[in-house]
Amino acid sequence: MGNWVINYWLSVLFLATWLGLNVFLFVHAFLSYEKADKYFYTREILGSALAWARASARCLNFNSMLILLPVCRNLLSFLRGTCSFCRRSLRKQLDHNLTFHKLVAYMICLHTAIHIIAHLFNFEHYSRSRQATDGSLASILSTLSQQEKDEDSWLNPIQSPNMTVEHVTFTSIAGVTGVIITIALVLMVTSAMEFIRRSYFEVFWYTHHIFIIYFIGLGIHGIGGIVRGQTEESLNDSHPHRCAEFFKQWDNHDSYCKHPRFEGLPAESWKWILATGILYIFERILRFYRSKQKVVITKVVKHPSNVLELQMSKRGFSMEVGQYIFVNCPSISYLEWHPFTLTSAPEEDFFSIHIRAVGDWTESLIRAFEQKHSPMPRIEVDGPFGTVSEDVFQYEVAVLVGAGIGVTPFASILKSIWYKFWHADHNLKTQTIYFYWICRETGAFAWFSDLLASLEHEMEELGKVDFLNYHLFLTGWDTNIAGHATLNFDKATDILTGLKQKTSFGRPMWDNEFSTIANAHPKSVVGVFLCGPQTLAKSLSKCCHQYSSLDPRKVQFYFNKENF
Amino acid sequence: MGQIEWAMWANEQALASGLILITGGIVATAGQFTKWGFGAYSIAAGVFVCLLEYPRGKRRKGSTMERCGQKYLTRVVKVLGPLSKNYYVRAVLHLGLAVPAGFLLATLLGTACLAIASSIYLLAAFHGEQWTPIESKPKERPQVGGTIKQPPSNPPPRPPAEARKKPSEEEAAASAAVSGGPQENPVLVVDEVV
Repeated sequence: MGNWVINYWLSVLFLATWLGLNVFLFVHAFLSYEKADKYFYTREILGSALAWARASARCLNFNSMLILLPVCRNLLSFLRGTCSFCRRSLRKQLDHNLTFHKLVAYMICLHTAIHIIAHLFNFEHYSRSRQATDGSLASILSTLSQQEKDEDSWLNPIQSPNMTVEHVTFTSIAGVTGVIITIALVLMVTSAMEFIRRSYFEVFWYTHHIFIIYFIGLGIHGIGGIVRGQTEESLNDSHPHRCAEFFKQWDNHDSYCKHPRFEGLPAESWKWILATGILYIFERILRFYRSKQKVVITKVVKHPSNVLELQMSKRGFSMEVGQYIFVNCPSISYLEWHPFTLTSAPEEDFFSIHIRAVGDWTESLIRAFEQKHSPMPRIEVDGPFGTVSEDVFQYEVAVLVGAGIGVTPFASILKSIWYKFWHADHNLKTQTIYFYWICRETGAFAWFSDLLASLEHEMEELGKVDFLNYHLFLTGWDTNIAGHATLNFDKATDILTGLKQKTSFGRPMWDNEFSTIANAHPKSVVGVFLCGPQTLAKSLSKCCHQYSSLDPRKVQFYFNKENF
Repeated sequence: MGQIEWAMWANEQALASGLILITGGIVATAGQFTKWGFGAYSIAAGVFVCLLEYPRGKRRKGSTMERCGQKYLTRVVKVLGPLSKNYYVRAVLHLGLAVPAGFLLATLLGTACLAIASSIYLLAAFHGEQWTPIESKPKERPQVGGTIKQPPSNPPPRPPAEARKKPSEEEAAASAAVSGGPQENPVLVVDEVV
């Protein structure tokens, strides 16, 4: 429990603040429309649905303003950089930006639903009171525009009893923009579903750009002034508390009360979204500018299983461990940017990525680089972004677990640890590393085994064999492989990887591993870092709780799940 | 964009449209709006669309994540034959279902979204996509006793099968040496190289 609180207190605080603001804005707007005298006559026709619609509109404005902020990745990187003296937990919050973006999106969907349902009732009430012939206050109010010389002083947007609500919807700015931006919202949400996003990224990427339509539509949605309240002047001379009951006498020339006059509410959405809109435009310009800077490809290495390593350099590029970059190749596609984890260490004078062929774009890229006779394609790079996992260096004992493709950021981390160790860097508090690599088969990560082999070799040369302990677990084994392994049990190196450390088969038994580590380092603080699936995160965090001693002076395990 | 299966997105869009139709229909019917009959229709159409679209079809490449509890509906949807399998039919069906809901404001949004889903299905049909149900393969029950050929003739520790493939005279010598040893086989053992 303590571990959870330490890791998540800032997230909880942040989310509670956001929810609190939403609730406050909703209730404040609701009460103001439900109680204000200005809307007395409006409420006469519409009832509470007016307040529901306006309150949800206010929350929609607030959340639409917020939703652009988490996706300004350059802005976030800037904040992270300037906050380097800030607490680590503050900076970690910035890495949950996409989660926050999704939460705000769900809130927008919820409020859109409330807003639309409330307005459906509003239109229906307007329609009914326009058609009513019972001489009630509501019907008198609805016929106002026909009697006033001042054309603009109407209340009910439905100007004639024959007009249908559908007609009003499509002839008013609010109606048309409302329908368009809601359709845009629905399309954005359906193409952003996890399943679609992970399998067909391009559909998500291109469709999501209709947010431009959403924001423009939102800005002009309220221009028509279809929500009406009594004017100040009219409130002064014919206050509803005095005059409402005498509505039958408004026509009389000698009555105290005159017909109420109304004005439309001015559009307020643009006030909310203007600032963040400009910020976002600035962010896109910045991304464009950064991408135009020249990237020099210093080396291209072809690894087994169709993996391409690109070593590049760019002026002014500085990275930290575990970060990622977005890469664009104009000759393949002008508009597509794909993220890749950096596999080089910050101490090296180049930065590198390893690209596996997993889809259209990656396959085309690898083929383009394989062409011997044509010039190398130009590459544009934006970044680096992402979590800075320097926490790894702060723990005496570090347990690193990489599953499948999650092993990629550890290439950067391990290399960096190696460089720091070699230069006797004082920032490196790590004394021992336990590295667990779990994958189905090593094929696509043969380059990583080579890295481990060279690290193993260098450790031996330095005589520091205990510094790096790694275990490779192959989950996609069959009896043939196991049979071979048993036969070659006595050989010094592993037959599959050539490493001194033998490959194990199946999944690690974390209980055994944790108890071994706890016994080997009874008084240390152990940091556990995972880059892998959620189920593994659950078992690891459970083990961390279980094997952390109750005595704070003895061994403590801290679990860090990072989305590299 | 070559590997995109449009049907997957169309499926999400249609499911969302179904829910929007149901919501709009409930609002119109409960509020007794004018022309609320269209609202009642919309609820029925929405439910039908949701049930039809809930089981996700199988992707051509890679594994498909099933929706929670979809296997019961998969059986029903499969029975519908070309109605569910052919995406041209689905596109026309959705368009047809969407039109009546367009006459009422409350369900108009559902119409628009379902019409868009219909057009994406049309695009999917042009690309030759089809709905294939996700079926779990029946677990192959291992034949009990079928893999047991002979009890081992050597006492443990025994090397793995490959190491046991020695020339037969060594085999015979070994078994002769062992049979009189600590292992007394209750049944006569004839060693077969499997």
